[in-house]
Amino acid sequence: MTIRQLELEVMRYDPEKDEAPWFQNYSVPCEEDWAILDAINYVKENIDTTLSYRWSCHMMVCGSCGMMVNGEPSLTCKTFIRDLPDKVRIEPLENFPIERDLVVVLDDVMQKLHKVQPYIIRKDAPPQDKEFKQSPGALEKFKQYTMCINCMCCYAACPQYGLNQNFIGPAALALAHRYNLDSRDQGKSQRLDILADHDGVWDCSFVGACSEVCPKHVDPAAAIQQMKIDGAMEWWKQKLGFPGGES
Amino acid sequence: MAIAKKAVVWGLFAAGGTLSSFIFPALIALFLLVALGFTPDGLQYEHIYAFAASWLGKAALFIVLFLSLWHAAHRLRVVFHDFGVRKDGLIATAVYLVATAGTVMTAFYLYSIN
Repeated sequence: MTIRQLELEVMRYDPEKDEAPWFQNYSVPCEEDWAILDAINYVKENIDTTLSYRWSCHMMVCGSCGMMVNGEPSLTCKTFIRDLPDKVRIEPLENFPIERDLVVVLDDVMQKLHKVQPYIIRKDAPPQDKEFKQSPGALEKFKQYTMCINCMCCYAACPQYGLNQNFIGPAALALAHRYNLDSRDQGKSQRLDILADHDGVWDCSFVGACSEVCPKHVDPAAAIQQMKIDGAMEWWKQKLGFPGGES
Repeated sequence: MAIAKKAVVWGLFAAGGTLSSFIFPALIALFLLVALGFTPDGLQYEHIYAFAASWLGKAALFIVLFLSLWHAAHRLRVVFHDFGVRKDGLIATAVYLVATAGTVMTAFYLYSIN
């Protein structure tokens, strides 16, 4: 196996000791097929046990290992060293407070995910003794939005979230859209209060970076634009006295 | 239900953006054509004037100009926000006032073409 020497420049920060974040360099002998996460694991196991970062599955499922790799929000288990130069800078996800080293505080986004009511809301009673029926076509409408693994790369890429932390943001809005589009759901008008509010979809200026960086190919930017259309139509419906839109 | 007022201006912005993305490339192509010395008959002054004097022409020109003005106004507001200017209330008032003035002027001048 060929070994390639990679120079990792890793951001370190211990809020109890450091006044400001700083960079530490590690020289890592990498195998050609390694992902950046392998290189970071090598550092933790062989060079510096004090380095803190999150990871779990190493297979693009858990969404824990999102970091900035050479300035790009990336899932480090999916970012391979063969696609990178010999010097790589690793930083915690942009737009979030740092808890320690590469670990960020995700409380804000967790609250927002909860706020958009990401579950099936029924006004009628669910079918008794039988399943909800859903056609493949109806499933296709929202399926891509179910692929989100909450890695939060989209929040790190979003310039609007960087400017206004009250903005609900890409992943939570895409998740809301996933339930709005679900044929079993009846909670669209209930969610509209949050989604079409001042800090909801309108703050998005359609830069589209969220969709570009998404490692699971979800398209939050499209979800947000579609919800803007819904919100604008609903506003006119209400002003003109039409009955409220219901899914 | 709390739908923010931004829904209205965003609606005009989206409609204006969609419309102008079709109209303006065609206009640029036509201007280039005229500049290079090819003026199709339909682009002669009398024909354009007759178009603007008809009610259908007035309506079409009003819709294009009105929506484009509001698209530009809202885009400018967002650009200021993106550049980090934190005076959204003031900027929104200014850009929408210009768009309103432009809309009124468009209506007035189109009405006065006979």
